[in-house]
Amino acid sequence: MKSLEELKAIRDRVKNNVTLRKEDADAIRVVVGMATCGIAAGARPVLAAFTEEVAKRGLTNVMVTQTGCIGICQYEPVVEVFQPDGKKTTYVKMTADKAARVVTEHLVNGKVVEEYTIGSISNLK
Amino acid sequence: MYRSHVLVCGGTGCSSSNSQQIIDALETEIAAAGLADEVKVVKTGCFGLCALGPIMIVYPEGSFYSEVKPSDVPEIVQEHLLKGRIVKRLLYKETVQENNVKSLNETNFYAKQHRVALRNCGVINPENIEEYIAVDGYQALGKVLTEMTPQQVIDTILASGLRGRGGAGFPTGRKWSFAAANQADQKYVCCNADEGDPGAFMDRSVLEGDPHVVLEAMAIAGYAIGASQGYIYVRAEYPIAVHRLQIAIKQAREYGLLGKDIFGTGFNFDIDLRLGAGAFVCGEETALMTSIEGHRGEPRPRPPFPAVKGLFQKPTILNNVETYANVPQIILKGADWFASMGTEKSKGTKVFALGGKIKNTGLVEVPMGTTLREIVEEIGGGIPNGKKFKAAQTGGPSGGCIPAEHLDVPIDYDNLIAIGSMMGSGGLIVMDEDTCMVDIAKFFLEFTVDESCGKCTPCRIGTKRLYEMLDKITRGEGTLEDLDKMEELCYYIKNNALCGLGQTAPNPVLSTLRYFRDEYVAHVVDKKCPAGVCKHLMQVTILTDKCKGCTLCARTCPVGAIEGSVKVPHVVNQAKCIKCGACIEKCKFGAIVKK
Ligand SMILES: Cc1cc2nc3c(=O)[nH]c(=O)nc-3n(C[C@H](O)[C@H](O)[C@H](O)COP(=O)(O)O)c2cc1C
Repeated sequence: MKSLEELKAIRDRVKNNVTLRKEDADAIRVVVGMATCGIAAGARPVLAAFTEEVAKRGLTNVMVTQTGCIGICQYEPVVEVFQPDGKKTTYVKMTADKAARVVTEHLVNGKVVEEYTIGSISNLK
Repeated sequence: MYRSHVLVCGGTGCSSSNSQQIIDALETEIAAAGLADEVKVVKTGCFGLCALGPIMIVYPEGSFYSEVKPSDVPEIVQEHLLKGRIVKRLLYKETVQENNVKSLNETNFYAKQHRVALRNCGVINPENIEEYIAVDGYQALGKVLTEMTPQQVIDTILASGLRGRGGAGFPTGRKWSFAAANQADQKYVCCNADEGDPGAFMDRSVLEGDPHVVLEAMAIAGYAIGASQGYIYVRAEYPIAVHRLQIAIKQAREYGLLGKDIFGTGFNFDIDLRLGAGAFVCGEETALMTSIEGHRGEPRPRPPFPAVKGLFQKPTILNNVETYANVPQIILKGADWFASMGTEKSKGTKVFALGGKIKNTGLVEVPMGTTLREIVEEIGGGIPNGKKFKAAQTGGPSGGCIPAEHLDVPIDYDNLIAIGSMMGSGGLIVMDEDTCMVDIAKFFLEFTVDESCGKCTPCRIGTKRLYEMLDKITRGEGTLEDLDKMEELCYYIKNNALCGLGQTAPNPVLSTLRYFRDEYVAHVVDKKCPAGVCKHLMQVTILTDKCKGCTLCARTCPVGAIEGSVKVPHVVNQAKCIKCGACIEKCKFGAIVKK
C-alpha cells in the first residue's frame, strides 16, 4: 500500500459488494415477481438485468428483491417499484431491455416509464 | 453482480452446531438451481444470538433464519432464493408479525444494542481483507500515518475516555503516553487475546468475526508509541480465531498494510502470533509477556511497569482485543463521538457474554450505563421456566455476584466496584433461585486453586485453605467462627498476593458473604442448603401418601438405593443414596422430594 489514495481506490471498487447487507428504510424497492408464472414468462433475466444495472450505476439507495405471484399472471414478468414515500408503480410484461430503461429513467431520474406500466398496457383503465 | 447475499455464522458457537454443513449444502443447492452467479454465500463471524444458532441472514430482505438445519436448505433455496418467498417457519419468531416481517434491529435482543466493537461481526467475511476495506477498514491507519502526529493520536485516545476492556479499566491513552515517553531502540505492542474467564467469549468473537480491526489498531498503537513489532497472544484453544488471524496477517502483508513503509510514509510495523496453552494466569500482563519470551508463564512484581520495562525488557503496551476494536472508529469518528456514549467515567460501549439461566444466551454490546435489568430482562429475554432472578455474576473468578437489589444500577467500571463486583472482561452469568451461592463461591475458588501458578504463598496456599473452608461449609461441618475466619483470610490474600489473580481470587467469596450471608448461615446453623444444591445437606425422600408403589424409581436408581415391593410405598436407603435426583425426574406422581 503506497498511499491513502490507493486504499480509497480499493474501497470504492469493493464498496458495492457489501452495501446489500444494510437494512435501509429509505431505499427504493424494486420487487420482481418470481413465482412459477413469472419465471416461466422470463422473470429471471429481468431480475438479473435490474441487479446488473443498479450495480453498474452504483445506486446504493435501491434494493432489488423478489416476491411470489401477485395474481396477474397474464402480465408476467411483473415488476413493482416502491418509493420511500409509499408511491407504487407496477410494470408489466418486462424484459431485460425494458429493465435497463426503467433503471435509467425511473430509478435515476425519477421519471416513471409510463408505456410499460400496467395502466398503459392493460385496457383496464 | 450478486443480487442476494446469504450470510451464515461461522463463529465457534454456530460452527459447533454444524454451520459449515449448511454452507456446503447451500452452495450445492444454489449451483443446482442455477443461481451461482446471482446469490453469494458469505461465512461471517458471530451475530450474537448464539442461543438460536445456526443463524443465517438473507439480504437484501434481511430475513433472519434461526436454528437452521442442513435439511432446511433446499426449501430456502427453492422458495426464498429462487421464488422470493420467505420461509416463515424458519424466521426468528420475534421478527414474524401478522402481515410483514419485523426488522432484526427492532427485536428486543438487538434494539438496545449499540455495536462499535462488534460492528463488523456477522456483516463481513473475516477471511477477505477487501470486505474489511469496503467498510472503511484501514482508513484510520491511513489517516493516522498521513495526517496525524503520534502525540495527536494519543491525545485523541485520551480525549475519547477509552478504558481497557480487559478488566482493570485503565485509561488506554494514559498507557500509550507512558510508553511513548520512554526512549528505546525497540518497543512492542501486544494484544491480550488469552481470554481465560470461564464463560467469556467476546474477544474470541471479535477475532473470528473481524480480525483486521485488531491488526489495524495495533499498527495505530505502534505508530503512537514508536514500536515496529506487535505480538498477539491468543490461546491455542481458539482454533478458528487463530486460523482467521493467520489469514488476516498474511493478507495485510500482501496489501502492504503490515510490513515496511506503510502508505509510503516510512512507517514499519509487523505482527506475529504467539499461542498460549490456556493458563488463566497467562492473561495477567507480566505473566503473558514472560510467556511470550519463552519462559514459564509466571507474573513478576510491578513496578517496573510494562511501559518502562516490558517484553524483552523494552517499553511495551498491552491491550485487550476489545479495547483495540474500538480504536479505528475513534480515529475516524472522533473522540467526541466516542465520549458521547456511556457514563461520566466509562465511555463507549461494552460487550458482554451472556450466559447461565437466561433465554438469549449470546453476545451483546450495550452503551456503558445500561442497567443489569435491561440486559437480563429485555435483551436477554429473562429467565427460562418462570424461575426468579437471584444474582448475576460479572468479572469471572475475579468478580462477584450482584443481587436483585442492584438490578437497576447503571453498569460501568466504578459502579460495579462499588457494589463489590467488577467489569472483568465481560462475562455475565445469570443465576436463578436454584443456584446455591456458597456452591458458586466454591466453584470459582476451585478454579483459582487450579489456576494459581504457585509462585507466591498467599495465592498458592491461601486460595487452597479458602476452598477447604467453603467445602467444609457445603458439607454442613462449618461453624459461624469459620465465616469470620474466612473473611479474614480473604483480606489477607487480597493484600498480599503477587498478582491480580490472587488479589482478586477472594472476590467471589466476599461478595456472596456480603449479599447472601443468610445462605452461609443456613448451611452452618440449620445444616440446610436453601437452594437444594449441596448434596451433603439434603435428603431424597419418598412421600408415602403419594407413592403408588409403581417401582419405576427403584428401577431408575443407578445405585439401587430405593427399596420396596409392588403397590407398596417405597423408601430411600439414605446410606446408599447419592442424591443424583434421577428418581425425582422419573416419578409420575410427584412423590419424591429433595430437601
Ligand atoms: C489472572 C488475570 C487474568 C487476566 N486475564 C486477562 C485476559 O484473559 N484478557 C485480558 O485482556 N486481560 C486479562 N487480564 C488483565 C491484564 O493483566 C491487563 O490488565 C489487560 O490485558 C490490559 O489491557 P486493557 O488495558 O486493554 O484492558 C488478566 C489479569 C489477571 C490478573
